[in-house]
Amino acid sequence: MHRWGSEMRLVILAILLTAPGSPARAGLYEDLGSKPGITRIVEGMMRRNKADARVGPHFANADLDRLRILIIAQVCELAGGPCRYPGRSMAVAHSGMGVRPRHMNALVENLQDAMVEQNVPFATQNALLARLAPLSTEIIE
Amino acid sequence: MPLCALSRLTVLAAACLLVAAGQADPDAPVPRPGPAPLADSARLRGTAGVAAIEGSSGGGIVPWATIAGYGSEDAVGGTAHVTVIRLSDFKLAAAGANIGLFNRIEVSYARQVLDTGRTGQGLGLGRGLTLRLDTVGLKVRVLGDVVYGPVLVPQIAIGVQFKQNARRSIVTALGARGATGVDVYAAATKLLLNHSVLVNATVRLTRANQAGLLGFGGPESNGYRPAFEASIAWLPSRNLAIGAEVRTQPSMLHSTRSSPWVDAFIAWFPTKNVSATLAYLQFGTVGTRDHQSGVQISAQMGF
Repeated sequence: MHRWGSEMRLVILAILLTAPGSPARAGLYEDLGSKPGITRIVEGMMRRNKADARVGPHFANADLDRLRILIIAQVCELAGGPCRYPGRSMAVAHSGMGVRPRHMNALVENLQDAMVEQNVPFATQNALLARLAPLSTEIIE
Repeated sequence: MPLCALSRLTVLAAACLLVAAGQADPDAPVPRPGPAPLADSARLRGTAGVAAIEGSSGGGIVPWATIAGYGSEDAVGGTAHVTVIRLSDFKLAAAGANIGLFNRIEVSYARQVLDTGRTGQGLGLGRGLTLRLDTVGLKVRVLGDVVYGPVLVPQIAIGVQFKQNARRSIVTALGARGATGVDVYAAATKLLLNHSVLVNATVRLTRANQAGLLGFGGPESNGYRPAFEASIAWLPSRNLAIGAEVRTQPSMLHSTRSSPWVDAFIAWFPTKNVSATLAYLQFGTVGTRDHQSGVQISAQMGF
């Protein structure tokens, strides 16, 4: 190995050590504020989606009450909470909606803003996004 | 309404639209939003990296698999940047711009100017000598997404950098075979959301001495050598990235040696349109000068 400054190795080591690990699987649900916290997060996201010109039209004809219940159940289940998502698969539920990556990113930003509003720490926000991100391939056309 | 789909008569089509509008089917597909804007700045803040000194999007010294700007698959994006690096015995200034097309293709240009200060005398090249390197880059995203999809599938891109050193007589005097060269690289980048850590690995085939600032090839060899580059960045918030990078390079010149480049950086993304990067660099031996370390400041604007 060439001369790597030893301090540089320390910097990399420090980054690896200080980066928070994945929150314990059982913990994410509680970190999000359990069912009441998740409900407020989902409602905050849906309020933003509806007012958002980028994705609002997608929800114009949607049954928002039903959607709210489904998303809360899905987030609760993905976070390790005592819920079961009763809806159709992501691929079926979004079929024909023309969801593009820009819509997905807008939803994520609205979800992030809703979590910020509920004082969810950034690492916890990302822990939830980590469980949602793999679903994107089923949703995006 | 298959009949409506088949209808080519305007009147009949209008009637079908009226019928469709009157239907109150709760399971009907929601209306599609309007056409995609040409510039949507849709991708998540920070996930496009910054412009590296050679112009490609990535870290400060390593090209990533990212496509420049924040444009999504349906839009374009781009950035412009200026960078100043102050090493112990050298000053390096860089400026450039890049364009991302449909989150698929990136085209970039950058100019680097290395001011050798008093060091040129030590090389027998005179005082206040500057070396200039122009780089045109092309990068194509092959598969994957830095944020979305399975965590084990990174965004992968291949890229090429066409480089021209403006001071042919000087770099050949140092022993380089020529003043032009082409680098080819493959990069894999993924944001590990569970850890809020972005990782990148790049493999480059190159003949460049100090990225081409000291020309290409050497007295014994003009062949391509592999170089290995890596970046890691921790994202403590939506607008900060703190990380480190390493970039190995071949040592082909007799008259001078080269060491891996390393840096530690903090990048700030107050909005998607501006970012600033502060880095501490160790370039090791540059030319005949050992222990070249210093500070990099970079500013970027884009969409």
